[in-house]
Amino acid sequence: MSELLQFVFSGLTVGAVYALVALGFTLIYNASDVINFAQGEFVMLGGMTTVFLALAGVPLPLAAVLAIILTVIVGLALYRFAIEPARGASAVVLIIITIGASIFLRGAAQVIFDKRFHSLPPWFGNEPIRVGGAAILPQSLVVLAGVLVIVVLLWAFIERTLIGKAIVATAANRLAARLVGIDTGRMTGLCFALSAAIGAIAGLLITPITLTSYDVGTLLALKGFAAAMLGGIGSAVGAVMGGLLLGLLEALAAGYVSSQYKDAVAFLVILLVLFAMPRGLFGRAPVERV
Amino acid sequence: MRALLKHRLACVVVMAVVAVVLPLVFPSAYYYRVAALVFVFALAAVGLNLLMGLAGQVSLGHAGFMGIGAYAVAIGPTHLGLPSWLSFILGGVLSALTAFLVGRPILRLKGHYLAVATLGFGLLLAIVFTNEARWTGGPDGMAVPRLALLGTPVRGADAWYWISAVSFLIGATLAQNLIDSPSGRALAAIHDGELAARVLGIDAGRQKLKVFVISAVYASVAGSLFALLNGHITPDVSGFLRSIELVAMVVLGGTGSVAGSLVGAALLVVLPQTLTALHDYEHMVLGLVVMGVMIFLRAGIVPTLAGALAARRA
Repeated sequence: MSELLQFVFSGLTVGAVYALVALGFTLIYNASDVINFAQGEFVMLGGMTTVFLALAGVPLPLAAVLAIILTVIVGLALYRFAIEPARGASAVVLIIITIGASIFLRGAAQVIFDKRFHSLPPWFGNEPIRVGGAAILPQSLVVLAGVLVIVVLLWAFIERTLIGKAIVATAANRLAARLVGIDTGRMTGLCFALSAAIGAIAGLLITPITLTSYDVGTLLALKGFAAAMLGGIGSAVGAVMGGLLLGLLEALAAGYVSSQYKDAVAFLVILLVLFAMPRGLFGRAPVERV
Repeated sequence: MRALLKHRLACVVVMAVVAVVLPLVFPSAYYYRVAALVFVFALAAVGLNLLMGLAGQVSLGHAGFMGIGAYAVAIGPTHLGLPSWLSFILGGVLSALTAFLVGRPILRLKGHYLAVATLGFGLLLAIVFTNEARWTGGPDGMAVPRLALLGTPVRGADAWYWISAVSFLIGATLAQNLIDSPSGRALAAIHDGELAARVLGIDAGRQKLKVFVISAVYASVAGSLFALLNGHITPDVSGFLRSIELVAMVVLGGTGSVAGSLVGAALLVVLPQTLTALHDYEHMVLGLVVMGVMIFLRAGIVPTLAGALAARRA
């Protein structure tokens, strides 16, 4: 029982990060139909920039804020210089552009930072908390709380503010949104900025547990993409649920089946879900236009 | 002359001439080796291009089939005592069978869902190759026994250059023929509008499955050649990054263009080799080139240039 609890907690912690990456995918996908494979690089930039600013003597909280700002600038640059000029290109061309961007960012990180693994001090120490026989790191609770705060804030922003509604309108129908006077280009840019900020925060939250290096982005992008698809692309609820579920699956598979085959089990479940529900868990059936 | 240029196999002939002339300017064996790699990856890209360009279906797991082909020629002779050529064929058959079995449920998915399902499939294969160390040597990989043709072992970069060039040209010819066959036209119709194609009486599921199986065999053959040429393989041959690389080759060169696959493969094989001179800046430049090509030549290198040339003549 305590074993199961332990697996569930570690699964939820990792899953929370997948959920944030998947949420970033969803935001950008809804605003621009782009699957952004550079999403994992935002997580890497958030963690690595904080580490190196802190090493340079900047106080940790300030370093974290600066890292988020820097990542947002990178996100906006990605939109302005790589995605916007290719507007109207096919989906797979846009994907290759974001893959090019992720190779570029990884290359830049390896030049500006280094190729070693780095960590950040946990926010509330390293003393595990005992719950029902399982040991939980305080940082795990920080991660889960952080994800909850981000999801609530994002929901409030989208549902309760005028700008949020403009984003929803842009996602629903670009042309109609422009007709009612919404600057759709700016809204899409805003989604890239938000998505970058969420990625950077995910990096800040998880680095004390999993460490970071210049190349952590690829795997995170892959897992986040899988999580978003498992939930049903375009659905924010689906992204969060998909992320948590993927994390749980991996942790349980690692615990009960084999740690070498944990990714295999996770992807096998994703394949089976998609065979039964071709639109993911929370996706809507589309209307095919002829 | 103009009629000759219009012939559907004209581009294959041009590529064959290039393959014959190219060695005249090669200063060393290293160039033969890189060029052989270009042809091997171009072969896999041509197969994937049939799936992507002709049928409009994306696969992010095609390196998985390369892995089956590669490990077939490694495991067959090492563990099962089979000759290389037989392992080579068995690898192709195994890939076709696998594609046939997984293709049916996977190809029902559309767009990005198809992408993630194929990605998962490729990943599963890569994980198996990594973890079944008893058979595959695990993450460090295994040695591939040398290929023997008519009793003499094949050695030397130039021999491999010719083998891979001829394999690629055969693959390109078959692909071009498929594009111009009734199946090819049916697939093009599915690409333009699956519902409309079905209304016209095209069995969309069957046609898609057929091209999926064919493209898997291309990847498997390329994988086998890669393993034999390299003499050593690791699970990276079937990894996610390899799959992405294959998709990038197709899209950079030009989706739907056979010659484009060769150009895309040449770009992504040769560029990293030349960029190593830049040391740390290698990946930044590679990323910039990939982004730049896609932004400015979004139809791919070959179709965009061909279009520009045609517009100039008119």
